[in-house]
Amino acid sequence: MIIRGDEPEQIRLLKKLYPKGNYFMQGDEAIAYGALFAGCRFYAGYPITPASEIAETMARELPKLKGYYIQMEDEIGSIAAVIGASWTGFKSMTATSGPGFSLMQENLGYAIFTETPLVLVDVQRSGPSTGQATKGAQGDFFQARWGPHGDHPIIAISSTSVEDSFWETIRAFSLSEKFRIPVLVLADGIIGHTREQIKIPDPTEVEIVYRKLPTSDEEAKYPFGDVHGDLIPPMPLFGHGYFTHVTGSTHKENGLRDVYTPEVHDRLVRRLHKKIELHKTEIQKWEEYYIEDAEILLVSWGVSARPSLGAVMKGRKKGIKVGLFVPKTVHPFPGERIKELSKNVQLIIVPEMNLGQVILEVQRFVRDEVPVIGVNKIGGVPLTVEEILKEIESSAERSRHRSAD
Amino acid sequence: MAKEIYTKYKMAKYLRKEALPTALCPGCGGGTVLNAFANAIDQLGIDPRDLVVVSGIGCSAWIASPYFLADTLHTTHGRAIAYATGVKVGLPDKKVVVISGDGDLAGIGGNHLIHAARRNIDITVILVNNFIYGMTGGQVAPTTPFGAITTTSPYRNVEHPLNIAETVTSAGASYVARWTTFHVYQLIESIKRALSVKGFALVEAISQCPVQFGRRNRMKTPTEMLRWFQKNSVPLSKARNMSPNELEGKIVVGELVNREKPEFTEELNSLIEEVSEHYGLGDNNAD
Repeated sequence: MIIRGDEPEQIRLLKKLYPKGNYFMQGDEAIAYGALFAGCRFYAGYPITPASEIAETMARELPKLKGYYIQMEDEIGSIAAVIGASWTGFKSMTATSGPGFSLMQENLGYAIFTETPLVLVDVQRSGPSTGQATKGAQGDFFQARWGPHGDHPIIAISSTSVEDSFWETIRAFSLSEKFRIPVLVLADGIIGHTREQIKIPDPTEVEIVYRKLPTSDEEAKYPFGDVHGDLIPPMPLFGHGYFTHVTGSTHKENGLRDVYTPEVHDRLVRRLHKKIELHKTEIQKWEEYYIEDAEILLVSWGVSARPSLGAVMKGRKKGIKVGLFVPKTVHPFPGERIKELSKNVQLIIVPEMNLGQVILEVQRFVRDEVPVIGVNKIGGVPLTVEEILKEIESSAERSRHRSAD
Repeated sequence: MAKEIYTKYKMAKYLRKEALPTALCPGCGGGTVLNAFANAIDQLGIDPRDLVVVSGIGCSAWIASPYFLADTLHTTHGRAIAYATGVKVGLPDKKVVVISGDGDLAGIGGNHLIHAARRNIDITVILVNNFIYGMTGGQVAPTTPFGAITTTSPYRNVEHPLNIAETVTSAGASYVARWTTFHVYQLIESIKRALSVKGFALVEAISQCPVQFGRRNRMKTPTEMLRWFQKNSVPLSKARNMSPNELEGKIVVGELVNREKPEFTEELNSLIEEVSEHYGLGDNNAD
């Protein structure tokens, strides 16, 4: 059924269907193939631009790999079916965009609270509301963090190219399985619909991570208990005679509802947060370019990291000491590293396709010690190298004047 | 003390004892439905380890979870059937049962109900219809009879109730029946049939809520409500010869449909076979 226990057959199929080599495809397709290589064998979704190609690819490819594609009646049902399938042991995924992402928030909260592994891809599009349906954006950064109500942790990752989308989707599954938490992939309509060359690896080159299962009946009695001391409970899947009880109400370690004891809620919600906090170094990932001697630091994510890197390289050619920090895990935000880097820079510039979201996280960590300015663009058209370079140049100019004073 | 009582109850072995006594109000029909379900499981000899019970939000959702001792998934409001869809695809050999209320399954979750019936996925739904949102204090529901008094229709209900069983029949379910908590033995038989049918099966169990519904509609006690079910119920065979006017306010009981149709998870699995054959992906085609 799932790859677990069926690896030789699944690897044979993957090799036969998608031989190692160079392919030309969209970011959306790369996400789907990443999911297939990670072992995702259940997908439930609902059509929405610009994420539909993920569903189309999964509908076409999953049956070849003995997997299941279901088109549900809406996005609420899609994530619900994904959660149900995950409790039977499937690595499961759904993909959507803005309006659908909004509809999924309640059940996303359920998945977080019940520690259900799944991957939710949000191919961000221009909003609010229907917005510019076919145009990309980066406006869901905070919805990804705080979409569901109540205190909760989340992991969200963002990719910068088509090939990166393949590998980051695999990483999303690994983190989700390992830490029993939904992982969001914050893609965007631009990379989603961009066609680029991508190297598909041999399936044996992909590290496959599975969720922990109980090793005894005794362990299975505590689907939400820290039985291993790492804050990650093993998952007693349905269909194994464990009589597992799963509820979105506040629950004790044995899964049974207890909404009246303050300590039970406190213990559970704090453990969920600590689970991510404790393993933060393993979860966080970022890239750094030209930061060693940088006086100006760019912090840019997803699709905007590309023109940002272009602008940094051009700026360097002009003799400006500028560097780039790209968070690949955007939640939990790698702000400590930015704070460290900020000690050696005079200015931080945050280019993004929204009116200022990641910049707020940067400011939260850097405080007032270094000025932070945004380069913001909305309207569905990506930032260009020139637009970002212009800001770098004028900032460098200003700081030259300041030091001359 | 509670423990002693439950050891005398033959169906107690199917219940999570640590979750008892139930939170249901005295006189609630939920206990009758739970009893009927447990008896059906018992009579069919189904091992509870082969059961996954899924429920939503509301009083009736509690019948399944936490009280029934099986793998239980207590989901968000209205979405039980969508969750169950994922469970059934993952565990096609297990019995997947949804037990929840009218507001949950036919109100907020109505779309999932219709589409699961259309897909004809092998899920058994026991929809407990008490005409009211009980847990939240007795607000008007999509099933509340025309003219009835509720906390949000304090003068009278100006809307007409949804005919759930007929809607699900039209949507394409394999099996649909409707009974009341007065018709306990028929209810057990229908649940047994629903569990045995390959395909989407709905048993609508009309149930009394004397606290939130009866009290405001001249039926203060559970007995009065059960008597109302008895007097107002019309068997399907008789109802077929009655005019819409004569049927106004009546509860039509019986088996609305029992038919063989292709089932969703079987279709999905045969699709995998077909695709594998089409692309020559089988073992014997290994390079």
